Amino acid sequence: MPWLRVLFVLLVARPVVRLWLGLTIRHQERLPLTGPAIVVANHNSHLDILTLYALFPLAVIRNVQPAAAADYFLANPLVAWFATQVVGIIPVKRGTKKGDDPLAGCRDALADGRILILFPEGTRGEPEVLSEVKSGIWHLAGEFRDAPVIPVYMHGLGRALGRGQWLPVPFFVDVAVGRAQHWQENRQAFKQGLRDCLLQLRDKVLPSSPYQD
Amino acid sequence: MLNDWINPSLPAPLCWGLAVVGVLLVVASLTIALLKRRKPQKNWLELEQRVRTWYWIVGIFALTLLGSKALALTVFALVSFLAFKEFLTLSATREADHVVLFWAYMSIPFQYFWLGVNWYGMFIIFIPVYAFLILPMRMVLIGETRGFLRAASSLHWALMLTVFSLSHLPALLILPEVSNRAPVGHGASLLFFLVALTQSNDVAQYLWGKATGRRKIAPTVSPNKTVGGFLGGAATTTLLACLIGPWLTPMSLLHCALAGLLIGVSGFIGDVVISAVKRDIGVKDSGTLLPGHGGILDRLDSLTYTAPLFFHYVRYLYF
Repeated sequence: MPWLRVLFVLLVARPVVRLWLGLTIRHQERLPLTGPAIVVANHNSHLDILTLYALFPLAVIRNVQPAAAADYFLANPLVAWFATQVVGIIPVKRGTKKGDDPLAGCRDALADGRILILFPEGTRGEPEVLSEVKSGIWHLAGEFRDAPVIPVYMHGLGRALGRGQWLPVPFFVDVAVGRAQHWQENRQAFKQGLRDCLLQLRDKVLPSSPYQD
Repeated sequence: MLNDWINPSLPAPLCWGLAVVGVLLVVASLTIALLKRRKPQKNWLELEQRVRTWYWIVGIFALTLLGSKALALTVFALVSFLAFKEFLTLSATREADHVVLFWAYMSIPFQYFWLGVNWYGMFIIFIPVYAFLILPMRMVLIGETRGFLRAASSLHWALMLTVFSLSHLPALLILPEVSNRAPVGHGASLLFFLVALTQSNDVAQYLWGKATGRRKIAPTVSPNKTVGGFLGGAATTTLLACLIGPWLTPMSLLHCALAGLLIGVSGFIGDVVISAVKRDIGVKDSGTLLPGHGGILDRLDSLTYTAPLFFHYVRYLYF
């Protein structure tokens, strides 16, 4: 139900991200407004998806969908209804047996000309630590070569609402959008390229010399 | 309903003061437009942004003066929220203190609520006593002791500067009402006097520093600040206070001069103290909220010192 998603963005995602948190964004113009396209982002928090939604114009929202873990979001029927009907996630089954296609939903979305949001680290992990990029993105980008892959780095969300936390605490959030990447034959090179691009964006949004312990 | 949000009795001098500030802004815009025409090759963007942001600041500030108590408290609570958020974003908070930070945020509506119900006693001790004692207790319940002292102290510092100090601005607005000893409109005049002098003091310090300054006053903290700038700025602010004070506020000429000196000196200190915080953290600007200025703390730095000091000065002498 795309109109529920638009309401969700208007009444929840935007107020939370823009007023409660506060957003600085670099190169918003690099975000795709038409599909098929793949947006890849680092993942530290449930607020990541709200933040990404808040970056798009409302008219485009009905065409944007994030891929999210089926085992996590479909475990409870109420959460499952909310995740699939309101937030509009595409469930991806993690750790399936051979033969099953975990990315079927993502393929359908791209074939349908939608903008797919993917967290290529596969899990939320530690704040501000970028894990390995998984291979799913390489398969998808290979099948849909006309779909640009746009990397987005978000800083500060793991602090606002990390793993196991339920209260979003206000912090200013920095987001940087990178240049579109394209598929290449060499899987390792493609994955490394994406990761390097995300790391480069991270250097842009982090304070010049962060205060470390 | 509308009367709850609009202040019907605004003294004439205050309206004139606001009008003068408006004229100054227009003059600044025209000057930039002229300079831009003369030297189009130079980059005027930052200066233009700076002035454009000033329009917003002056507009919103005027709204709190023209509006009612409720509106002013809401706006200043929002300012505290943004400043506190900026401070926390910069400082190294611990993941374990997540809920504690939420509690600290919750102190903001309370602090402004005490003002709303004219409860001065609670307003003045809520953060220095209750928040100071309760937040570390909540941290202890979580049980993480590594970095405890630093986390607790930087959190309290943030609350004191961005919530306690800044809440003295609207406190000034409703001070005459609490004491029942002066017309209500005087509060708005006092607030205007404080903010106008603090901001013009920043400008005067900068200009005097450019014109005369050679000997650095705090080279390791703020290399651009000079003795000449400090003295010239404080003198200018004192003079300006003598000129506008007797006309704008209920204070005598001597008290106006002393208030100007207080604002000139403490405004400088507030500026340098926030600079030291930024230097410790390793950033130039505290944020990006105000284009051309940096963060909201970059604009409020001197007010964190002048607001409580001026408030207690006036309160001791007159209310």
